[in-house]
Amino acid sequence: MSLTALLTPALSMDTALHLAGLAVVLALLSSIVSLAARRAPWVLRRVATPLLGFVGLAALAAGVMALLVGEVVSVTLPLGLPWLPWHIRLDALSGFFLAVIGVVTCAVGIYGPSYVRSFEHGKDSLTALGGFSGLFLTGMLLVVLADDAFLFMVAWELMSLSSYFLVAFHHEHAENRRAAFLYLLMAHVGGLMILLAYGVLAAFGDSFAFVDLRAAPVPAVWAGVAFALAFVGFGMKAGLVPLHAWLPEAHPVAPSHISALMSGVMLKVAVYGFIRVCFDLIGQIQWQWGVVVLAIGCLSALFGVLSALMQTDLKRLLAYSSVENLGIIFIALGLSLVFLSADFTELGALAFVAALYHCLNHALFKGLLFLGAGAILHGTHERDLDQMGGLLRRMPWTGLFFLVGVLSISALPPFNGFVSEWLTFQAALQAWQLDSGVLRSLIPIASAVLALTGALVAVTFVKVYGIAFLGQARSRHVRRARRGPWGMLAGQGLLAVLCLALGVLPTWVIGLIDAVPRQVLGDGLPQAGAYGWLWLTPVSPQTASYSGPLVVLMLAGIGLTAFWGLNHLWAKGAAVRWVHRGDAWDCGFAPPSPRMQYTATSFAQPIRRVFGLLFQIEESVTIQEDGSTRHRLRIRDRFWGLLYLPIARAVESSARRVVRLQSGNVRVYLGWTLATLVGLLWIIT
Amino acid sequence: MGNFLTGSGWGIAALQSLLYVALAPLLVGWLRKVKARLQNRRGPSLLQPYRDLYKLLAKEARVAHTTSPLFRAAPYIVFTATWMAAATVPLLVVDLPTAAIADIIVLVGLLALARVFLALAGMDVGTAFGGMGASREMLIGALAEPAMLMAVFTLAMTAHSTNLSSVIDHHLSDGFVLRPSYLFALGGLVLVAIAETGRIPVDNPTTHLELTMVHEAMLLEYSGRHLALMEWAAQLKLLLYGTLIVNVFFPWGIGQGLSPAALGLGLAAVVGKLAVLAAVLAVGETVLAKMRLFRAPAFLNLALLLSLLGLLSHVILEVGA
Repeated sequence: MSLTALLTPALSMDTALHLAGLAVVLALLSSIVSLAARRAPWVLRRVATPLLGFVGLAALAAGVMALLVGEVVSVTLPLGLPWLPWHIRLDALSGFFLAVIGVVTCAVGIYGPSYVRSFEHGKDSLTALGGFSGLFLTGMLLVVLADDAFLFMVAWELMSLSSYFLVAFHHEHAENRRAAFLYLLMAHVGGLMILLAYGVLAAFGDSFAFVDLRAAPVPAVWAGVAFALAFVGFGMKAGLVPLHAWLPEAHPVAPSHISALMSGVMLKVAVYGFIRVCFDLIGQIQWQWGVVVLAIGCLSALFGVLSALMQTDLKRLLAYSSVENLGIIFIALGLSLVFLSADFTELGALAFVAALYHCLNHALFKGLLFLGAGAILHGTHERDLDQMGGLLRRMPWTGLFFLVGVLSISALPPFNGFVSEWLTFQAALQAWQLDSGVLRSLIPIASAVLALTGALVAVTFVKVYGIAFLGQARSRHVRRARRGPWGMLAGQGLLAVLCLALGVLPTWVIGLIDAVPRQVLGDGLPQAGAYGWLWLTPVSPQTASYSGPLVVLMLAGIGLTAFWGLNHLWAKGAAVRWVHRGDAWDCGFAPPSPRMQYTATSFAQPIRRVFGLLFQIEESVTIQEDGSTRHRLRIRDRFWGLLYLPIARAVESSARRVVRLQSGNVRVYLGWTLATLVGLLWIIT
Repeated sequence: MGNFLTGSGWGIAALQSLLYVALAPLLVGWLRKVKARLQNRRGPSLLQPYRDLYKLLAKEARVAHTTSPLFRAAPYIVFTATWMAAATVPLLVVDLPTAAIADIIVLVGLLALARVFLALAGMDVGTAFGGMGASREMLIGALAEPAMLMAVFTLAMTAHSTNLSSVIDHHLSDGFVLRPSYLFALGGLVLVAIAETGRIPVDNPTTHLELTMVHEAMLLEYSGRHLALMEWAAQLKLLLYGTLIVNVFFPWGIGQGLSPAALGLGLAAVVGKLAVLAAVLAVGETVLAKMRLFRAPAFLNLALLLSLLGLLSHVILEVGA
């Protein structure tokens, strides 16, 4: 608290807003500077990418300041259309997401310069990479700052379009172009839905400014329509199942530091949009919404993690795992909606804080893991897990930081992922307070899904770490992996330290986040830190308590005592004290070769067998002419056949029908135009 | 924080944690003894597990050329995490500070931490056995963990608390009430305990046959003090699950104050209860055969179903009433 008191004179919402403005300007500057990269490739490495780090720092400072002060400031910009000026507003919710954007961007700014160096001698356009990275960040920052639907949609499109060009960065491969097109298509369908949601609200509020939308008297039915549109639109961007198909295609093909931004941050911007529209603008929450969000969240979490488990491409696996984590966030948001609709504001705030905490955590550990995957790609030019192995000895620091990311994402104490999952469970365990028996029994099922998801995440990431970093190298280029430059390590190290810090000191973080539910929901978690920073007691000390610092202290204390005691006190004799090395047990046959190790595919085989019904699996073993056997495995997403292909076919067949209008005669076209105009005029009058 | 964060509370908590480490091999010795008698053998002495541990600790530790530093750190992490998890389960008395540091969700998390490092250590050797053991262990763990969480959530929802001490207190103050949800949760938790501690019919702790081993396959490359720690951690885990079952579902006898009499009574009660539980487990292990690996998911799905039924019967039948 003393630190806050010391800083208080410097803290104000105006300063925070100026810092946020500085972040936007710096991001634009980074984009403009990159135009010079065509002539002077070093600009990207020396100026444009480090600038992103300062963007992150400014955004982080602005966000934290807004959370500390906990007030609201808004400005009307002299930009936009004459009758539709742009509004900017910084409140606790925007501040929180600014901080999320800021912290990952900061790490990317440290990591990026060494990473983009490898592109300098390639044939890909550096101008495109730097320019669109800056614009992408500008878009994300403006989305969370926007205070009217017009600026929101402009910023949203800026974010979607610039990230399209980043996905298409390595456009010489056909599958990358296909992924980028799918992304563009789905981003725009989603954008349309969001626009319609704003349209519904604006029809009752008579303006596009959020102030008027918030006050708009929306009838319950239309509020439901607006909710559904917003959920589909933002859910598409957040990659919720079944609208996730673009995500595992698009995220892996971008350069790794951009993948970290896309998975770690852009998905959170979609969460921000959902919270802004549903919790803040619409406001009057119905319990059915909570059930829908909860169900979709469960589906995304479980399907996402099972799909991740089936992957052998590291970046694709991480992308599927983002689907799962967004599912967890939406489970917590669904719980919050259910509690709020039943007027349990404090429990709603608990689930809401759990969701926000997981947003922050996912940004940190997914950013860390994508940066780690980028370091592996940089050192070995390999994304396929089945070619990796033994990287921990070649890249010890990357291995250590990646391990922190693995433990965090697997929700293991004392890391940060555990805290948010613990809070979500605590919220779910308060379901007995609800009056409706249906809800009381639905929430336990959701928490069972969450528990199963958490356990399967651990399997997935044991697979990743065990196959990539442990054991022996499975190919020659991995055996010769290069250690990454220090800039890349520093970027990962920053995120790894934060992952641990957020797990050990949850009371401080929650004290900071608490301003968001207080502003948006009108109630916070005053209990959470009521017994000092050591004890996290979200509801009451009788209900549940967790002490991250003491758990770490005891784990470290017992572990180090055991190590020291056994190695120095107990094992006095030199023969026992030193650990000798020998060959691994070979059963008395040929010495074990790297090819005998389990692979990523074989590790997942038992789970594939248990949960196989959820996927379309084609597996065959053929014996070839020379007597060798070939194992073929193909796993496909069932949603392609169930949802996407029928839609694609319907679009194609309707296009074939419409093509009859295309006669090639200008007069016929003019006739159609006239008919349309007359039709429109008739509708308006 | 509660009124139990006192000096004597911390002292008793430390004593109880040490007692866990000290008693864990004895439970295994007793289990082996009963099993041997059921098979008409005399069986080794009750103290044999202690002798085994001493022998391993006195031996030289060898590690394979192919391993990384993680392999040598893993035994300490596995042992510490399992011990820490055990320390949060009330053994002799309730209302100790360790229960406030970590509740049942943290307990499950710490066990998961131990499992993850065990599996990583298995994969670190770079032989087929380690990977096989890790893959199977993670499959069993992934299916057992949700069942375990659902079972403890049933208790937590009844007591409106995830603090194990409060759960036991609540159960004690309720007196003997037959709750359907508790019966389901007990069934689920017993199945989970069998799977998680690697007992028959899911895994066989004495096997060294490649095709059947799970836990042993991951430990194949360990020797000396590393192996001792891993074995000790496995014994601690068995004691932890045993104590969890007997003290939560049959809490009678557990001390509710910090007086020596309460402690002595608590110790006598928990030793008696554990001896009975281990005898039941030994009978089960004698009459059952080990299942094929791919029958284990059905076994664990049953555990999940039972635990979920427990939770649902609680929220549907017992909350409203």
